[in-house]
Amino acid sequence: MKTKKSRMITSLVTYAVLILLFVILTVMINNKTISRTLKGQLIPICSWIVMAVSLNLVVGISGELSLGHAGFMSIGAFSGIITSGWLLNGFQMEDPALRLLIAIAAGGVIAGVAGALIGIPVLRLRGDYLAIVTLAFGEIIKNVMNCVYVSAEGRSLHWGFLNGDLPGTLLLNGPMGAVKVKTIATFTAGFILVMFSLVVVLNLVNSRSGRAIMAARDNRIAAEAMGINITKYKMMAFVTAAVMAGMAGALYGLSMATLLPTKFSFNESINVLVFVVLGGIGNIPGSVVSAAALTILPERLRFLQNYRMLAYAVLLILVMLLSNNPLLKSLWRNLFSGIRGKRKEEEMRA
Amino acid sequence: MSERKHRQQTQMVPYPSKSFVPERDLGFMPVLECSHLGIEFGGLKAVDDFSVVMGKTEIGGLIGPNGAGKTTVFNLLTKVYQPTHGTMMLEGRDMGNMTTVDVSKAGIARTFQNIRLFNNMTVEENVRIGLHNQIRCGMFSGILRMPKYWKAEKEQHEKTLELLNIFDMAGMADERAGSLPYGAQRRLEIVRALATNPKLLLLDEPAAGMNPHETEELMENITKIRDQFRIAILLIEHDMSLVMGICEDICVLNFGKIIAKGTPEEIQANPAVIEAYLGKRKEAEA
Repeated sequence: MKTKKSRMITSLVTYAVLILLFVILTVMINNKTISRTLKGQLIPICSWIVMAVSLNLVVGISGELSLGHAGFMSIGAFSGIITSGWLLNGFQMEDPALRLLIAIAAGGVIAGVAGALIGIPVLRLRGDYLAIVTLAFGEIIKNVMNCVYVSAEGRSLHWGFLNGDLPGTLLLNGPMGAVKVKTIATFTAGFILVMFSLVVVLNLVNSRSGRAIMAARDNRIAAEAMGINITKYKMMAFVTAAVMAGMAGALYGLSMATLLPTKFSFNESINVLVFVVLGGIGNIPGSVVSAAALTILPERLRFLQNYRMLAYAVLLILVMLLSNNPLLKSLWRNLFSGIRGKRKEEEMRA
Repeated sequence: MSERKHRQQTQMVPYPSKSFVPERDLGFMPVLECSHLGIEFGGLKAVDDFSVVMGKTEIGGLIGPNGAGKTTVFNLLTKVYQPTHGTMMLEGRDMGNMTTVDVSKAGIARTFQNIRLFNNMTVEENVRIGLHNQIRCGMFSGILRMPKYWKAEKEQHEKTLELLNIFDMAGMADERAGSLPYGAQRRLEIVRALATNPKLLLLDEPAAGMNPHETEELMENITKIRDQFRIAILLIEHDMSLVMGICEDICVLNFGKIIAKGTPEEIQANPAVIEAYLGKRKEAEA
């Protein structure tokens, strides 16, 4: 049972743990005691966490299966890269932090607009149809991005479709993607973005709008009869998630020197969905943990060489089986109720 | 005229109303007027020529054998189905172009025959959903936790407890709605519907699955709600002790058509009603 109070405690604990982890990792980076692989993965981990949290808003809180979340990440990533390159070329904006901030904001806004545009027709569909259309959307974005060329000449931006003869410096080079990107993303920025997305989602869930979103998920007919505009609240969740995916994409794109459009394929959408399902549908802190763990895991399995993804799949299946094991479940419950019981006893005494 | 003078009950009268507006509601227009309302599914007329008028603070009963179209009438009134014939007016406003959401905002709330609570949410949150259009707070003030958010949350909390207290359920506010006992779930549905601040409350079998003691309590509560909130209540019920006990007027439906209207006494004596429920005598057929 989840009351308001226990939800608040969960959110506060999540924030506290994340801040603690951030401090530890920063100290480790400064001491150079952190392994090179992990250090290189910190920013991607942050963006995948944001992706998982935002997809959980759609899948878990609003109850719609979306299979095109990587599409929004792609839009965010490339618009973030273009914005950053444009600001550097046209406005000589050298300050990387400010550039990153504007690029992430631009990525979020453009992905949000895309989310609204696709949401209007798509959210009238239900169930499987929604999944099919969002899947197609992700693929369309991937293929469109494969053909788009963008260049900056001074303050003006040029773009071409299937045509790379553009004046100035190329920012987006069709199927070659973004090349020679100035990597300005930092772990601190990533951490701030993670905290931002958590605050948005957790605060949204515990507000009037969030309750309306969950009501529309739990019982559509009853929610409508209570005067809740279902389409409006489904849109709210969908667009908010798209904005955050775009932001995560901008962060991700600006942490890589080169980025191919084919990176954001159906596989990545499914990968994010795996984070969400493994962390628990509707469980936001769970998404954070599973996104982090499942981003690190494949790298840790590198020693298995060709069998790496096989081992990854087997591990996932094992985790699913174990987390559904009634014996383990009751063990967890006893463990937690034991702690809670003790706390209650102390309260009674006091 | 002398008849009207002594009349203390409200009436569900045929449309157009022949000045049968009851004393208590004099000077008010009726809350609901349906005229020749009907819906066809393919060639099947599920409800046909349904014409009723409900007074402002009337408790009306809608009864009839299984499959008579009672719940369909509720679905028409809340625009879950779009009527194919006839018109509906809520306090003089035409409901023809309204959606389910508009109907709820305009002032019709309902409960469901098969309980439709938000099972994964707490009791309090369920009632807060009912308050959705009463106490407002936008998405951004919710996310940014503006002072408006705290004010709205506090207001909602107080109002929720106040409403839950009608059924003495304030103690269950933090429990998951799906884990409540059946009777409590039915009561919670009524509270949730009341939270939308309706002018007309539609109760679909409120006493289903309740024991006689609970039913009696429910009867008291329905009357209490009417007196306290001064709203009209229309209920579908198979429990005749409840219907005859609290309904001031009753409308009997059979095969989608109204076969009788009147006070409980009139209905009990009506041969058409008896026939619909019990069938014709063999001798009469022969």
